Amino acid sequence: MNNLSNFIGSLSIIKPEIAIAISLVVVLIFDLIFKEKKTIIPYIGIAGLVVTFFLLIAQFGQTHAGFFTSPGAKIGMFALDPFSTFLKLIIVITSIIVIIMSISSDEIKSVTQRSGEYYTLMFGMILGMMFLTSATDFLLIYVSVELMSLSSYVLAGFLKQQKRPAESSLKYVIYGSVSSGIMLFGISLIYGLYGTTNLAAIASAGNIQGFNYITMTVASILVFVGIGYKISAVPFHFWTPDVYEGAPLPITAYLSVASKAAGFAFLVRVIQLGFATGSDSHGFWEMISGVDWRTFIILIAILTMSVGNLVALWQDNLKRLLAYSSIAHAGYLIAALAAFSNESILAILVYFVFYMLMNLGAFYTVMVVRNKIGSEDINDYDGLGRTSPLLGVVFGIFLFSLAGVPPFAGFIGKLYIFVALVDAKLIALAVIGLLNATLSVYYYMRIMKHMYFNKPNEMTPSIEAPVLDKTMLIILAVPTLLFGIFFQTIVHLAQQSVHLLGL
Amino acid sequence: MAHVGLTHFLILSAILFSLGIYAIVVRKNAIMVMMGIELVLNSANINFIAFSHFGNYGISGQIVSLVVIILAAAEAAVALAIVLNLFKTYSHINVDEVNKLKE
Repeated sequence: MNNLSNFIGSLSIIKPEIAIAISLVVVLIFDLIFKEKKTIIPYIGIAGLVVTFFLLIAQFGQTHAGFFTSPGAKIGMFALDPFSTFLKLIIVITSIIVIIMSISSDEIKSVTQRSGEYYTLMFGMILGMMFLTSATDFLLIYVSVELMSLSSYVLAGFLKQQKRPAESSLKYVIYGSVSSGIMLFGISLIYGLYGTTNLAAIASAGNIQGFNYITMTVASILVFVGIGYKISAVPFHFWTPDVYEGAPLPITAYLSVASKAAGFAFLVRVIQLGFATGSDSHGFWEMISGVDWRTFIILIAILTMSVGNLVALWQDNLKRLLAYSSIAHAGYLIAALAAFSNESILAILVYFVFYMLMNLGAFYTVMVVRNKIGSEDINDYDGLGRTSPLLGVVFGIFLFSLAGVPPFAGFIGKLYIFVALVDAKLIALAVIGLLNATLSVYYYMRIMKHMYFNKPNEMTPSIEAPVLDKTMLIILAVPTLLFGIFFQTIVHLAQQSVHLLGL
Repeated sequence: MAHVGLTHFLILSAILFSLGIYAIVVRKNAIMVMMGIELVLNSANINFIAFSHFGNYGISGQIVSLVVIILAAAEAAVALAIVLNLFKTYSHINVDEVNKLKE
């Protein structure tokens, strides 16, 4: 009976997740009953997300543990803390923007008959991501990774009977299930060492004597394969460009922001809760001795940044270019984590807010152009800045911000990452990051060159974006500009959210 | 008669894991690749059950493996649907020849 009351008591801390689950069911049933009103479905989805948003706001600042698996445990399967609430807010806002993107996307409009499936799968993904940001037990982590992955495999190939989407979802399902299988094998080894899948229990048993560090290192690397695939860290990034190119544009944008946010929550939580034993007065974490996480993270960060930026240099398809750029951005975020301090969490949270705005904005612009000309090739953007001034200006804002040029928001995000690195005395890593940021300016500016310095040819369309698209682009562009100057609000919010359950 | 202990199970699961990875890397048929993935998942299951039995960890490992079996079934369903869609589009399921997206 004790277990049951523990379970019911914990239900109150997953109200946002319950709201998402209810929305999923409502969308599914509405699709079955009202067969003629498919166009209303996205608005039901947005309504559900807005409710979830307010439930999350109500939870902001609270810290609770729930769903205890063993009596007397300090931390159960699920942790409600400001860190997870912050990332869940990012996920929910991204979902709302992506649903609006889907409403105006021609690719999704062409399959309106199946929009019930589309939004149901999307809510499945949201549910998986929200549980992943809060999961403190390897069992729940595995289940939520699978929940979000299974939905995204289908969404990546949602445009049936076309060669490129079919290939992208095949590659996604193979890479995804192999890496989650490898991760599961690593989890099984960790279970063998500790006798538990709970991250907090692993941390408290971490420094026992006579412990097999080789097995632990191997198991940690195997688990990192699963995380690395989710955040598309090199060398587990091979699926990213192919899936991003083949998937419908709203899904590409979604994978590059929300799914990455959930992956980073997973990474931070495994390292901070599972492998750190405490923190000193300056907020630096003390890690379990024996497993050299820092060298490993630094290596992955350098590889991810450099490969992402170098390969992006000669991409002609904008979706592929943005895919490599999102790999590079994941590299900066992993580098921030290498500081192993509360400051690195702050940097990650601040960066994610800005990354969400500018990356979604860039994908939104590419989608508006694609709706008009049906192509994402960089040569089709020749002179676009002159024929369609609004698109040119907002795309410029997003690209400058992605490149990290002041006074745009992306600069502030990068600044916080490098400050965290310098404070942790990782000067070399900070320098490599700066060089990479400089390199990235080249390929972002290449798009600008095509838009403004190349002469418009007879193929160049004059794009008058629909009102909905115009509004959304401005809604995304204005904060990207303003947060570059008035970033204190976001930083203040992020500072309140640095607290994770456990330490 | 030798006593069957934890090591035997771990060796079995390591062999299964390696065979699974081998199948994923070498096989060209998408269905065979999916079977390799199933081998990897099941090797992890053997580990969970062996550890929970020989390590006196209670039944938690067996519960994890039950959950994994269910998820593996869901994953197989989704993966097969995707392979079916691939077959309808390309009229073959050779993973090596699916390369429309440029490298």
